[in-house]
Amino acid sequence: MAADKYFELEIVCPDRVFFQGEASMIELNTTEGQVGIYKRHIPMTMILDPGLLIIKDDEGQRAAALHEGFIEILPDKISIMAEAAEWPNEIDLNRAEEAKVRAERRMQMHDSNINLTRAELALHRALARIDASRRG
Amino acid sequence: MASMRDIQRRKNSITSTSQITKAMKLVSTVKLQKTKERAENSRPYFQYMYNTVTSMLARSGSLDYPYLKSGASEKKAVVVITSNRGLAGGYNSNVTKLVTGSSLKKEDVLLYTIGRKGRDSLEKQGYQVAEDYSDVINAPLFSDAKRIGQRLLEDFAEERVGEIYLAYTSFKNTVVHEPKLMKLLPVEFSEAELSVEEAKTPMNYEPSEEEALDIIIPKYLASLLYGALVEAAASENGARMQAMDAATSNAEEMIDSLTLQYNRARQGSITQELTEIIAGAEAIS
Repeated sequence: MAADKYFELEIVCPDRVFFQGEASMIELNTTEGQVGIYKRHIPMTMILDPGLLIIKDDEGQRAAALHEGFIEILPDKISIMAEAAEWPNEIDLNRAEEAKVRAERRMQMHDSNINLTRAELALHRALARIDASRRG
Repeated sequence: MASMRDIQRRKNSITSTSQITKAMKLVSTVKLQKTKERAENSRPYFQYMYNTVTSMLARSGSLDYPYLKSGASEKKAVVVITSNRGLAGGYNSNVTKLVTGSSLKKEDVLLYTIGRKGRDSLEKQGYQVAEDYSDVINAPLFSDAKRIGQRLLEDFAEERVGEIYLAYTSFKNTVVHEPKLMKLLPVEFSEAELSVEEAKTPMNYEPSEEEALDIIIPKYLASLLYGALVEAAASENGARMQAMDAATSNAEEMIDSLTLQYNRARQGSITQELTEIIAGAEAIS
């Protein structure tokens, strides 16, 4: 049964409800690595890493960039609380490329004034944006 | 009876005041629209975050986690969100009254103020201010909420404060704003909620439960602060709009009654002049 594989999906950001609807599968990045989630997953809470989010249903798939947050998985419902999320058409590719180069430079400078984890996070965010915008 | 000149002068000054209040009303109406939209857009996140975190904690049962119990310190942190500017009716004083009227003892309270008005009036009453973030209230960003949340968590972790409260004005609709005092940390959830939720399947965490909570709790705190900030901003503009509307209509009323008085005085002076002229003419003839 086709309808049976759909679960409820909610993606909420502080400034808007990013996505609300049904999907058959989602792929995203967590701190533990990349995961793909189908319906009837065991209840699980995971922490997100900035990365590409792919929402699949019968009509195809949609890509988006997802930054920081966490995901709560229940067998028939998935809620994602993200600090920011963007569809490909909202992303400025040039800015993302610039941010990527900037973050890479910062990481190579070995300067004690620069927070390495912050630079790394910025790099991840930039990569997520670039990925999503190429897929869009 | 006051002279025509005096009445005219008062009328003019009230007219110019009413022009100012009218302009301020228009400005806050526009600002209200913007801030209201933001408050409404952020509400789902605020709500989901609260529900998710409470159900998460309920599901994980009796967990020995520092953010779930009061710290050793007697001090209580209170985040007070007011506005930087006055002329907003009872908006600021309602929030400060909430703090002074609460069961929190003045000596135990450590304030983290957002908004100059609240800070000034509470400081005058002898409350201790730990940190002031008044610059963020005009255009609250999520990163501001994150920064403030981080500071609060640090103070909580280092036992400078034992509990964290939040006093702000919640935005129900354009005319109803309700001052609220809520407890942020330790996280509280009602017993009823717990028993219903506990029947459900237990939650798994990846990475471990503690690590997950370490990341989620700061986000929870930041999102609650952000929600409070945008709601307070909307309430502020709503309150100011109402106050200015009332001021404008009061001014109009006063102008009306002054116009009446002025006309009477004018008529009185004309009558007086006439009687004088007639009396003079009669004296000559």
